[in-house]
Amino acid sequence: MTSNSLAYSEQPGGGEAAELGQEAIPAPAPAGAFGLFGSDVKKNEDLKQMLESNKDSAKLEAMKRIVGMIAKGKNASELFPAVVKNVASKNIEIKKLVYVYLVRYAEEQQDLALLSISTFQRALKDPNQLIRASALRVLSSIRVPIIVPIMMLAIKEASADLSPYVRKNAAHAIQKLYSLDPEQKEMLIEVIEKLLKDKSTLVAGSVVMAFEEVCPDRIDLIHKNYRKLCNLLVDVEEWGQVVIIHMLTRYARTQFVSPWREDDGLDDNEKNFYESEDEETEKSDKRKKQYTMDPDHRLLIRNTKPLLQSRNAAVVMAVAQLYWHISPKSEAGIISKSLVRLLRSHREVQYIVLQNIATMSIQRKGMFEPYLKSFYVRSTDPTMIKTLKLEILTNLANEANISTLLREFQTYVKSQDKQFAAATIQTIGRCATNISEVTETCLSGLVCLLSNRDEIVVAESVVVIKKLLQMQPAQHGEIIKHMAKLLDSIAVPVARASILWLIGENCERVPRIAPDVLRKMAKSFTSEDDLVKLQILNLGAKLYLTNSKQTKLLTQYILNLGKYDQNYDIRDRTRFIRQLIVPNEKSGALSKYAKKIFLAQKPAPLLESPFKERDHFQLGTLSHTLNIRASGYLELSNWPEVAPDPSVRNVEVIGLAKEWAPSGKTKKENPVKKFYSESEEEEEEDSSDSNNDSENRSGSESGGDSSEDSSEDSSSEQESESESESEVENKRSSKTQRKSDLEDRGKKTSRSKTSDMSSTGSSSAEENSSDSESESESESETESRKVPKVKEKKPQQDRNPINPGVSLLDLDDFNLVSTPIALPTPALSPSLIADLEGLNLSSSSSVINVSTPVFVPTKTHVLLHRMSGKGLAAHYFFPRQPCIFDDKMVSVQITLNNTSDRKIENIHIGEKKLPVGMKMHVFNPIDSLEPEGSITVSVGIDFCDSTQTASFQLCTKDDCFNVNIQPPVGELLLPMTMSEKEFKKEQGMLTGMNEASATIIAAPQNFTSSMILQKVVNVANLGAVPTSQDNIHRFAAKTVHSGSLMLVTVELKEGSTAQLIINTEETLIGSVLLRELKPVLSQG
Amino acid sequence: MIHSLFLINCSGDIFLEKHWKSVVSQSVCDYFFEAQEKAADVENVPPVISTPHHYLISIYRDKLFFVSVIQTEVPPLFVIEFLHRVADTFQDYFGECSEAAIKDNVVIVYELLEEMLDNGFPLATESNILKELIKPPTILRSVVNSITGSSNVGDTLPTGQLSNIPWRRAGVKYTNNEAYFDVVEEIDAIIDKSGSTVFAEIQGVIDACIKLSGMPDLSLSFMNPRLLDDVSFHPCIRFKRWESERVLSFIPPDGNFRLISYRVSSQNLVAIPVYVKHSISFKENSSCGRFDVTIGPKQNMGKTIEGITVTVHMPKVVLNMNLTPTQGSYTFDPVTKVLTWDVGKIAPQKLPSLKGLVNLQSGAPKPEENPSLNIQFKIQQLAISGLKVNRLDMYGEKYKPFKGVKYVTKAGKFQVRT
Repeated sequence: MTSNSLAYSEQPGGGEAAELGQEAIPAPAPAGAFGLFGSDVKKNEDLKQMLESNKDSAKLEAMKRIVGMIAKGKNASELFPAVVKNVASKNIEIKKLVYVYLVRYAEEQQDLALLSISTFQRALKDPNQLIRASALRVLSSIRVPIIVPIMMLAIKEASADLSPYVRKNAAHAIQKLYSLDPEQKEMLIEVIEKLLKDKSTLVAGSVVMAFEEVCPDRIDLIHKNYRKLCNLLVDVEEWGQVVIIHMLTRYARTQFVSPWREDDGLDDNEKNFYESEDEETEKSDKRKKQYTMDPDHRLLIRNTKPLLQSRNAAVVMAVAQLYWHISPKSEAGIISKSLVRLLRSHREVQYIVLQNIATMSIQRKGMFEPYLKSFYVRSTDPTMIKTLKLEILTNLANEANISTLLREFQTYVKSQDKQFAAATIQTIGRCATNISEVTETCLSGLVCLLSNRDEIVVAESVVVIKKLLQMQPAQHGEIIKHMAKLLDSIAVPVARASILWLIGENCERVPRIAPDVLRKMAKSFTSEDDLVKLQILNLGAKLYLTNSKQTKLLTQYILNLGKYDQNYDIRDRTRFIRQLIVPNEKSGALSKYAKKIFLAQKPAPLLESPFKERDHFQLGTLSHTLNIRASGYLELSNWPEVAPDPSVRNVEVIGLAKEWAPSGKTKKENPVKKFYSESEEEEEEDSSDSNNDSENRSGSESGGDSSEDSSEDSSSEQESESESESEVENKRSSKTQRKSDLEDRGKKTSRSKTSDMSSTGSSSAEENSSDSESESESESETESRKVPKVKEKKPQQDRNPINPGVSLLDLDDFNLVSTPIALPTPALSPSLIADLEGLNLSSSSSVINVSTPVFVPTKTHVLLHRMSGKGLAAHYFFPRQPCIFDDKMVSVQITLNNTSDRKIENIHIGEKKLPVGMKMHVFNPIDSLEPEGSITVSVGIDFCDSTQTASFQLCTKDDCFNVNIQPPVGELLLPMTMSEKEFKKEQGMLTGMNEASATIIAAPQNFTSSMILQKVVNVANLGAVPTSQDNIHRFAAKTVHSGSLMLVTVELKEGSTAQLIINTEETLIGSVLLRELKPVLSQG
Repeated sequence: MIHSLFLINCSGDIFLEKHWKSVVSQSVCDYFFEAQEKAADVENVPPVISTPHHYLISIYRDKLFFVSVIQTEVPPLFVIEFLHRVADTFQDYFGECSEAAIKDNVVIVYELLEEMLDNGFPLATESNILKELIKPPTILRSVVNSITGSSNVGDTLPTGQLSNIPWRRAGVKYTNNEAYFDVVEEIDAIIDKSGSTVFAEIQGVIDACIKLSGMPDLSLSFMNPRLLDDVSFHPCIRFKRWESERVLSFIPPDGNFRLISYRVSSQNLVAIPVYVKHSISFKENSSCGRFDVTIGPKQNMGKTIEGITVTVHMPKVVLNMNLTPTQGSYTFDPVTKVLTWDVGKIAPQKLPSLKGLVNLQSGAPKPEENPSLNIQFKIQQLAISGLKVNRLDMYGEKYKPFKGVKYVTKAGKFQVRT
């Protein structure tokens, strides 16, 4: 080794040495280019030697120095042959640095780069996933077109790799290959399609990114993965979340109908969204009534909500734009809080967020009004932040807050930052035009500013005053006179031009001053700015037309000056004006109209926000920030008039289930199937809700609320579900966590066990905890006991026990959205059902499960009338969801409305007067409720299976009101699913004293199956039991508190009679229910 | 997404470049320099700049510009957030994010950047994962490496990458198991001339330093969780638990991290712990003015207010200031016109004040507006919102950890208009 390298090895750290080495290069530069060249060559020689040595430490040292050169942007390409030899080095750090080098220079030295390919191909088969992944990374990063086929092969292989990390890298490689050779698009789309099906959270973000880059228009690839992506979203890493959310926003805009029509009336700023509104009013009226949100649409909105709490500003912004673009307007309000939170972040984040808020605040003021003060300007803010804040303040200004704002503006006007002060004056002008109450105040304030010492401030004021006066020209002679005087002192051209224009426009109101001004201007014409000269010409022309006696000569003098001006624009204008106003034989018909042309009524300028036109860009995008279309910007489409077939998203479920049926025994498939089954169920729930909703909407105004709320409830369950699932999925890697989860679950299970009639004592740890899911439990449990290895199959079986008979029968009905009652059954393919039926038969034990409600009545009950509640009105209804607070409680949703004209504060539940044993879970106090505001809260009440009244006090800050909730007996139940066989068995055990029956007489048309079902579930929260006989209808439920079975049978007899039988241990409730059902069924 | 990254120091030297796709010439930064010149002040350089072929998205951190080159549409916050994450990582690895530190560790920086982005898309940004891939430099390690020839680069995939808790590394072991939480609250306020509060708000964070072995599962509960109005979470926190029970339940990352940041609901009135009496005046047509500022404690709840600093950006016409503080020391920089008064603690018997004369440029008009005072202070052992940690429970591990909670209240953007 040379002495040179010895010197280096004395240095303590490698990086430092490299640094010194580079510093040495520029040093001799002044001496001449020759010296530089010489040292460079010498140094590289030395590096080459080090690379060829057989000591790893020397090689590493050399590589570190080379990387240092690359980092500095120095050319190290001539070392390529020496470096590439080391690509197969055993030392992982050398290898990595060689990779860095290769990626940087391979493009320039393609032939030599090919030498390294075989090493990577070998590494692609390495047992270590990190090595496989990094080989793929480098292979796909060296941009050498000749290896495209090799890359393609590698990507295909890697996309099927067992390691999700390698698959993630494959997704990245797709984009690289695409940018290298767009010809490969079709093949790459195939790989994307495959990877989109991947259920690893690690892969999801990367593959969606690839999708966005390669084939963003192939929206059809998303359909089948839509629900999975929605459900996985929370667990995806933050960067992936951003990409997925943006993609799903676009997707939602093409697949769902607009949820906005409903609240159209609330907001009149949104007209531009519906251009041809007039023609459509009728149509949309109709639609308004029919609108129900697609459950998938709801799923997306719901699953993104928790991400508003992300620490990553980009994620929060992504969710915010999603809510802005696709959620109902009434729900978008929740994003403002999170966006305001981001304002505490770095300057750059503030800048982007403020820009987006500015755009939003133009359209929907109300969203950010409560946070007005968060936009107050601090003197230490950078100017760009100040201006943005000012913009938002202007947008938010209204009659109520304008006086506070104006006071705030007064401080800003005095700011040392003159650019900002000028912007404030503009703002005051805009407020003055927008809010007529304060126009006068603003104007006088601005006039005061005319005597300000700073010229920029004065000039800006003049310009703004000019605009203001233009809007109400009369009665402002004084101001105009004042401004005419300013002409002597003010030098800013824009301001001078504005004053001249103003005088010209109002020359008839100030007949004595105007000619004098013209005289002064004529004197200084030659030294004025072009802008001012044009206005002098204008003023001359106007005066010539109105007061030619005094100003004829002056004007002609000015026109002469203008004729020889250096600026052609001014010469042009001069010629034009002369032709128009000075009568001569050549002047045509136009000159007759000169006065009309010059002194026409000019429309007042609209002082508009510069953010007005930005709203056509998707929020949060680069294009929005720059207000130009950035390359690669994907347009957000308008809502479709009619929703495309929503079934494209579930078709695949069946398809997949079928596809997987043979391989369903493998462990890996488990989580995803769960997702599917879940989302499907979700959909059912929702669709049943929404159907009911649309049906009942005409009647009750709370219909909309109820559907939303109940679906929200179910969502919470579902989320918890998916959480626990992902945990299960990863149990191998985190045993401890799993343990704790199991603990939780264990607790829950045991609780539900005690309350459950099914005392079979099965407590498999894998049991699903959520009640709504538990309809599947029985099957999976029995399965798992029998064939423990197959227990992962559960989700697939989940679907089957639900009355295959019914699902087959009602398949057609289900597709028709108009069916009044949507049964909680999925559209299963017959073949699958046949399969499942087989499984069903094999399970003999009778385990009974709580299912989702068949029907949720939207009937609300008055809790507190607005008259007696001093403006506070409260209604409650039973969402028929298992209570989230306690299994033994009935959930009750209370909707509070503020019908008074002032804020109602601190709404909470006060003293409770409950009968012995009854318990109640209260809602969190509500801090305040705005006038016209409405809020829905849920409480849980344990009625102890009695129809006793729960009395409590509903308190506000000032008052307490005594209110009562008395449950209808039908709401004390939770629906269950069971097979006919089980039903009969249970019924057999509940005879004698436990049976109550009655005979009903009614017209035959009331005894159709659908009528009976509808009537029964309307009264009581019962689950339908599939039946093999046409004339017998069975329903099952359990009581909420004790979990006793409640079996209802309606048996149609000859003629127009029917037998109603109720079997239950809780005879009291049974008889009450009988009493309630009887009249309902018999009436017409 | 992110094409290239340039690091630029204050004097406009590009001292590091990294490309994830094809090489983009350094000359693209000229557009950035142009914008920088136009902006006059570093704070005012627009974060997003459009050039004919590229878009430049930049952040300014610790006197360095991180300029990234973008070619196609991308959410700008995505890039900004990522760049800040890069700067955080440097800070984490080298103790500071400065030009010298980056130049000293250029190889590690390069290795980090290589791991953090692939083809412009973030790959690994969790500090726990990165530290398993690339070990942070320590003196001991560099000595050991030079002897044994081992490297700073890990050769297996970090376990975190594949698990559902990517933020935690596996196999953590400590002899002393400790968990510390710092509840830091900052008061943002604007106080107007007359001393009344225009705007006040409390923003808080809980920073954690967790050194626990194995896979501890922690849950932290508060006495009064209702106070927290808007919260953002570290990804480790289970959102459901918070929603339903208002308990922070999480498996923590190893080491230092920010657990949550929150805003205290705006309904609660904010107690402003200090008051300021001020009279600043500039005489018309003379070259001097008066400056008199006194600070006193208001409702300090029995705790001393310490670390008080007053910073004033004086108007441009001020030439010099001739002041006498009753306590602490002051400096005035005639170039930037910044007056800094380091007060220290407030002793209630004698309120600190700063009085004296201001020399103005003769002939120049007197300043329109009095400068506003920016105040910094600190109160130990107090969370001004009243937030209190109730208890910390640990599940999943057998040992008994040592637990500690510290409260601090600070002034955030605390401005007094005069």
